[in-house]
Amino acid sequence: MEKFTTLTGVAAPMPLVNIDTDMIIPKQFLKTIKRSGLGKNLFDEMRYDNDGNEIPDFVLNQPAYRNAQILVAGDNFGCGSSREHAPWALLDFGIRCVISTSFADIFYNNCFKNGILPIVLPQDQVDALMDDARKGENARITVDLDSQTVTGADGSVYAFEIDSFKKHCLLNGLDDIGLSLEKVASIDAFEAQAAQSRPWV
Amino acid sequence: MPKTLYDKIWDAHVVHEDADGTCLLYIDRHLVHEVTSPQAFEGLRMAGRKVRAPEKTIAVPDHNVPTTPDRENGIENAESRIQVEALDRNARDFGVNYYPVNDIRQGIVHIVGPEQGWTLPGMTVVCGDSHTATHGAFGALAHGIGTSEVEHVLATQTLIQKKSKNMKVEITGSLRPGVTAKDITLSVIGATGTAGGTGYVIEYCGQAIRELSMEGRMTVCNMAIEGGARAGLIAPDETTFAYVKGRPHAPKGAQWEAALAWWKTLYSDDDAHWDKVVTLRGEDIAPVVTWGTSPEDVLPITATVPDPASFSGGKVEAARRALDYMGLKAGQKLSDIEIDTVFIGSCTNGRIEDLRAAAEILKGHKIKVKRAMVVPGSGLVRAQAEEEGLAQIFIDAGFEWRLAGCSMCLAMNPDQLQPGERCAATSNRNFEGRQGRGGRTHLMSPAMAAAAAITGRLTDVRDLATEPA
Repeated sequence: MEKFTTLTGVAAPMPLVNIDTDMIIPKQFLKTIKRSGLGKNLFDEMRYDNDGNEIPDFVLNQPAYRNAQILVAGDNFGCGSSREHAPWALLDFGIRCVISTSFADIFYNNCFKNGILPIVLPQDQVDALMDDARKGENARITVDLDSQTVTGADGSVYAFEIDSFKKHCLLNGLDDIGLSLEKVASIDAFEAQAAQSRPWV
Repeated sequence: MPKTLYDKIWDAHVVHEDADGTCLLYIDRHLVHEVTSPQAFEGLRMAGRKVRAPEKTIAVPDHNVPTTPDRENGIENAESRIQVEALDRNARDFGVNYYPVNDIRQGIVHIVGPEQGWTLPGMTVVCGDSHTATHGAFGALAHGIGTSEVEHVLATQTLIQKKSKNMKVEITGSLRPGVTAKDITLSVIGATGTAGGTGYVIEYCGQAIRELSMEGRMTVCNMAIEGGARAGLIAPDETTFAYVKGRPHAPKGAQWEAALAWWKTLYSDDDAHWDKVVTLRGEDIAPVVTWGTSPEDVLPITATVPDPASFSGGKVEAARRALDYMGLKAGQKLSDIEIDTVFIGSCTNGRIEDLRAAAEILKGHKIKVKRAMVVPGSGLVRAQAEEEGLAQIFIDAGFEWRLAGCSMCLAMNPDQLQPGERCAATSNRNFEGRQGRGGRTHLMSPAMAAAAAITGRLTDVRDLATEPA
């Protein structure tokens, strides 16, 4: 997994609430057995018409946002299906950070497995960053994971909370399966004990 | 210290806890389907890792499989076929329990698990599918995970987790006639919103929950995820034990007695701490339908389409967008909305009780919609429905009688809505494009979907019950 340390870039505004993972990557693209190549179908049904032509109004089709690395989004981003294809598609497009007032639980966890930083901020701060995002290239946003801050275009600094273990893994690009396997003796011991106490499992 | 049911199950599964509260949680059952697992198995191969506990891993194809009678001839869509074949190969290579597409026990993973007795009270159950919450009906801690976590569980039989908060949803009293488990779960989401459960594990309790069958309880817990919760739980009781007993993978003999003794301790202590409590009166719950593109957009069938201006914040624009997408106008009576298609099935409502409820309404009637299909949740549900004469009722009414799978709930297989096609569905999501690009979904109970099928519009099932066949 690629590390996440700092990022300065253009943010795309998506103020719609409840953006679900079916919107992020519709089901027809879940038939892949790979993780890569989903960026072109990110937000497919919002981004392309029935004939596959770009819908000019859609934010990521606008010249200012075609290379956006940050999304500023409405409440409850990533709700719905557990499909990790959603963060895979965001990452493949080039999005490394999503800022919202809230995220759905499974999507939130999936981001951290893919080097994407989801940031939760209060409504007024998301609103301020949404205004920055609407200015495109004229209002770049900076995200610093180590110091847990987002800096808006006017220099306003917003602190965010993040789980220490998730931060550690993201900062260092760690594979958590490897980390868990270091605890294999504990897993062995648990299984031996459970075989006694709950043998039917 | 008094504990909730969630606390008790959690504590029984902690393998290791770090100082910051990050835990390694042991997983008792890992359910696997073809869509979210290929990259995980590939990851194992590339790292030279094995499945740690293949005997606790159960694989079944469900999302991509055709549900038409000709499916034994194979899957036409190349990508779908490759995914199902990949599951077949992975299941055999790694030696996990497996129900292939032509096995009568095949079906939707969340219906197969309980049916085969893999899901038991007090267990931890995960699957790369958000509707894993279904298994919470047994008093099992069950939730969806992403593909990276699927790989983690395959390799370690554990998950890295932090504990969620405890939320109690109590449904007091009894449901009125015509009101079902689906109406409970949709009404709860209507009351709390789709993010109302974020950060929580919900325990559903109260008389109306106790009075539900296991099928009904699975319907309630299934949609806990639609309320944003990590998982939904219902404490096991005699109804649970009676359902589990005798299933192929349920414990037997002395092990049954030992298991039962532990299961009977799985309830929330009277003075347990709740971080959030929501209470609904069972008598107040009406048959409901969704009008918008989020499961929280739900109202009693007697209501009218709401005015977007009546909402606040970001929901105003979302409601405006939803009405535009759904082709509806504020103030329109929900019971005037005409329906093209009816879909009965899914992990929410594809069990035998659901088919009985729909057939009860359909008996002696013909459909007035363009098309209607029943997709049983498993091959065994289908066989039982045929034995009980339900299949014939559906066929006589004009429904297509399909083979088991996820089907039009998410439309990964050929069962899809056309743009603008309006569907009364017993599934769980009414998102834009969920059942096919441009398709318009109204969520409801099987009885309500059956009522819509015979009138051609959204219909209050309570009115229909008084009309002669």
